[in-house]
Amino acid sequence: MNAALAAQIANTAPSAASSAAAGVKQFISFRIGEEEYAIDIMAVREIKGWTETTTLPNQPEHILGVMNLRGTIVPVFDLRRRFGMGLTEAAKSHVVIIVAVLDRIVGMLVDAVSDILTVDSSEIRPVPEMDRSISADFLAGIVSVNESMVVILALEELFSRTGNEKSLQEADEPQSLQ
Amino acid sequence: MSSTTSTPPDFERFRATFFEECAEILPELDERLSSLHAGEVDAETLNAIFRAVHSIKAGAAAFNFGPLVEFAHVFEALLDKLRDDRIQHSEQVFNVIVRAGDVLAELVEAARAGSEVPRAFGADVAAELKELLAGTQDGAAQAPPVIPQSLSTQERGLRNYRIVFEPHSELFRHANEPLLIIRELKRLGDLNVECISSNLPNLASLDPEDAYLSFIFHLSTSAPYASLAEVFEFVDQDCLLKIEVLDGADEEEALEDSETLDDENEPKSAGPSPAGTGARIGIPSAVQTSKGATSIRVDLARVDRLVNMVGELVITQAMLAQQLSDQGGGQRHQWVQGSEELAAHTRELQECVMAIRMQPVRSVFARMPRLVREIATKLDKKVKLVTSGDQTEVDKTVIEELTDPITHMIRNAIDHGVEDADTRLAAGKPKEATIELSAAQRAGNILITIADDGAGIDRQKVLQSAIAKGIIREDAKLSDDEIHNLIFAPGFSTASVVTEVSGRGVGMDVVRRNIAGLGGRIQIHSIPGKGTRFTLVIPLTLAVLDGMLVAVGKEKYILPLASIVESIRPDQRQVRTVTGGAQVVAVRGEFIRLIPLHRILNVPGAILEPWKALVVVIETENGSKAGLVVDELIGQQQVVVKSLAENSEAVSGISGATILGNGRVALILDIEGVCGMPDRAAPLESCSEFQIPDCDNNPAMRAAQTSTNRPRASQPEEMRAGA
Repeated sequence: MNAALAAQIANTAPSAASSAAAGVKQFISFRIGEEEYAIDIMAVREIKGWTETTTLPNQPEHILGVMNLRGTIVPVFDLRRRFGMGLTEAAKSHVVIIVAVLDRIVGMLVDAVSDILTVDSSEIRPVPEMDRSISADFLAGIVSVNESMVVILALEELFSRTGNEKSLQEADEPQSLQ
Repeated sequence: MSSTTSTPPDFERFRATFFEECAEILPELDERLSSLHAGEVDAETLNAIFRAVHSIKAGAAAFNFGPLVEFAHVFEALLDKLRDDRIQHSEQVFNVIVRAGDVLAELVEAARAGSEVPRAFGADVAAELKELLAGTQDGAAQAPPVIPQSLSTQERGLRNYRIVFEPHSELFRHANEPLLIIRELKRLGDLNVECISSNLPNLASLDPEDAYLSFIFHLSTSAPYASLAEVFEFVDQDCLLKIEVLDGADEEEALEDSETLDDENEPKSAGPSPAGTGARIGIPSAVQTSKGATSIRVDLARVDRLVNMVGELVITQAMLAQQLSDQGGGQRHQWVQGSEELAAHTRELQECVMAIRMQPVRSVFARMPRLVREIATKLDKKVKLVTSGDQTEVDKTVIEELTDPITHMIRNAIDHGVEDADTRLAAGKPKEATIELSAAQRAGNILITIADDGAGIDRQKVLQSAIAKGIIREDAKLSDDEIHNLIFAPGFSTASVVTEVSGRGVGMDVVRRNIAGLGGRIQIHSIPGKGTRFTLVIPLTLAVLDGMLVAVGKEKYILPLASIVESIRPDQRQVRTVTGGAQVVAVRGEFIRLIPLHRILNVPGAILEPWKALVVVIETENGSKAGLVVDELIGQQQVVVKSLAENSEAVSGISGATILGNGRVALILDIEGVCGMPDRAAPLESCSEFQIPDCDNNPAMRAAQTSTNRPRASQPEEMRAGA
């Protein structure tokens, strides 16, 4: 599925640029647990199967470690943990999405990649107050796809250089590693 | 040089190139002016100075930098007369020239920054230049032959040349002038000029800015061919040039001469050069009728790419070698042999590629004489700068980073180290202080030394200042070395009055950080009353590291081999625990504190007791030792250093990463960082940053933290008493 999706991305990416003018945006959606999230397709560099990472000492738990991406050292983040939903038991079936955000390349560990979404900007709504379990800074909006809600993430906020230590939760959950 | 029809981006590029060239020419010019100032006057120096100013003028004219061109023009005119002996040499003349050199540098900087130059700027110097020029119109000053001839140092007969010189029409637009060339040729010997005006159109269709005239020169000279070629250096792109030797048999000599052509801006004489700028890279070149290029400009990005690719090659080759040996490759003799050859070739390729980026430190050292002059004058002290080893080569990125630290340390030396004249005389020292700046290569490192014969570091003053600023506690006992190292603490400065020159207190810590950023360290050696010596130790290659692979728990780390002193498997009796849980190991009478890596780096599953594990004794920047507790040593290997900071946040204790033969990432430990993590002489808050569980829960450990701003390798009894 990954290879097919990757091929699809390669084919659709150019059209995303041309349809940007018309207010149409494209996203890659992925699943963590029962939730669906999406990110701007233009930020996605590749989609890889999970490989073991080398642990970075004394880092927050959501930073799994670093991996070797054809000679470049790339950090991998456990998004589930980042969103405070527990650690991912990373296994071969999991997926790492490599994104380029700001001036760096990072990897996000997710359960599975779902689809390519083509959405008109007018369909993107702000996330309603009560539904938020994740701090608003990291949410770019929410969109309804086939009767399920997909949360669009603000990658630049999530992976800003200084933002790594910030708690993502609205509720102040005591963390084992502060 | 640009043509008037360049598109803007190209123009920008040419402009940038011009300033790059100025950046190379100006320090050299400065060095030459210093020689002049120091009394070393010879034809070669004067020629070099003239050429430098001429180059700058030519480029400036192409880009229309008015004030710069004007000034350079006058300057050049005087220099021309000077090197021709048409002006009497005198201290006054040299003084003006040195000042003119400073003005020129300022004008170049203003042109680069695009800033407005105040009208009167340099006017006084220009006026003096003009005065001196005017003074020579009436009768040539007869100076005794002060200048030895550096040309024609070999016995050579006169040779006759026939030179055809046909300028292209844009010659004048590129700031070239045949008259200057004719003058230069005249200086070389007997010249006969034939002018061909057949290209001249009638007056109505004549464009005064086009060059129509061609020339045939007959020159009789004993100067080497190289000097002849040099005359046409600047116009070789703008003309058709043919140089013929008319005495047939001497063609070989002409060829021979052209092979001694060196880099631009170096004197082309075949004889010994008095200024002694060191070894030349003699690349034999074929006969050329224009300037001999023995170097080419390469975009640094391309070199970086090359270096990276070779780095990748090293990794891949290591991977192959590993896989081969895993496969029991010992069976296949040819494979093993091939693999070893590959390894050898790759290593050599790597060395060659690294050498491309190496440059002599001369470019950094060359700026220093002027700096010393300026500061010494400002502070009213007499200081002499002696440099050596400026041919020592360093990676280009290191060169750029060296200027600031060296500048700062020289400033400090003059400001704080050197005493005023009276104090020096009273101490039996010469009135003029000496600062030695030297560079040398030793054991894979480059050592840069800045030494002064001043008053040395005043330890009492430093201690008082550090205590007053809260950097250390009042009752702290520090060794001399540790006191010296206090000057690197942020915010430190003993200057009671912050002078314009230094003393702002932001200096030495930034210097150390810069040097640390290069992978190096600073050593201080100071004797009160005698002087101070700073030694910068910087690794030669940053991209490749000799490392020791160690295992801690299920993780593997690389320790820089250069920091490792020895490794020991201690007896249980050698290990002593001090209050709060910290441990030390006794090694030949010395007590070395133990750093359990598994605790600092939070690695599960490691061996806890040091006597069941391995202790790697390392030495830090300031010479103090520590013992890192690891599970085992896996082996020594050369690793290619990969940047962690490119995509990740900085991690304490980790300086970079590498890719092992099996494709996995291994982290490279930052020895200084690791030593600083649990045991710093700092408030408790820092401890919790590193999430060491013991620290938070163990009050005794907390107490030990605050009492450990003492020499670490001292008697444990003292520590226990202090807790």
